[in-house]
Amino acid sequence: MPKVNLSHFEAALLFALLCSVVLGVVTKKTDQERLRYGLRSFGYFVAVMFGLGWLMYLGHG
Amino acid sequence: MAEQVAIKKEPSVSVMTWAPVVLLAWIIPGAGHFYLKRTGRAMMLAASVLITFLFGIMMRGAMFQPASGDLLTTIIYTGGHFADMMSGILYFLTTWLGYDQPEIAGHVHDYGTKFLVAAGLMNVLAMVDAFEIVSGRKD
Repeated sequence: MPKVNLSHFEAALLFALLCSVVLGVVTKKTDQERLRYGLRSFGYFVAVMFGLGWLMYLGHG
Repeated sequence: MAEQVAIKKEPSVSVMTWAPVVLLAWIIPGAGHFYLKRTGRAMMLAASVLITFLFGIMMRGAMFQPASGDLLTTIIYTGGHFADMMSGILYFLTTWLGYDQPEIAGHVHDYGTKFLVAAGLMNVLAMVDAFEIVSGRKD
């Protein structure tokens, strides 16, 4: 099995994408709702990622 | 006048109906949905769990082993081991084939370990979804 080296950002983005797909599929009842929830969930993941990233950057001084 | 509260009773399904489906969903990620003829969702769940698990392996994540000690250690290691096992055949094949990655410092390995746990937890969500479908609570 090849070894991959992902950056923090790439790994977190991949994690957000895969989690959003699963959350979208299992949470809602229609395909339209699933797609919308998955996209919204991914958006929240990314927003929190950038928010925490900036928070850590500014908090670090 | 006393207020009438309508209690919605969930349809009861025997254990022999849902247990094989949930077991199948655990052993082979996505198979529960395939069995219930939810092919599209089955493929998405199977692909998500498989990709997450494979990235965990490729990032050389460590599998948790049950450990006792203080409460936090016990919860993290035993819970992590339980979550790893929830990936079903992916976990068992990997360990039977000799995958034994020690815990190494570094963000890539750390993400790998979390990806392996996340794959198992995603499969738990898929198992719960399969249960809800087979018990008639969800389409």
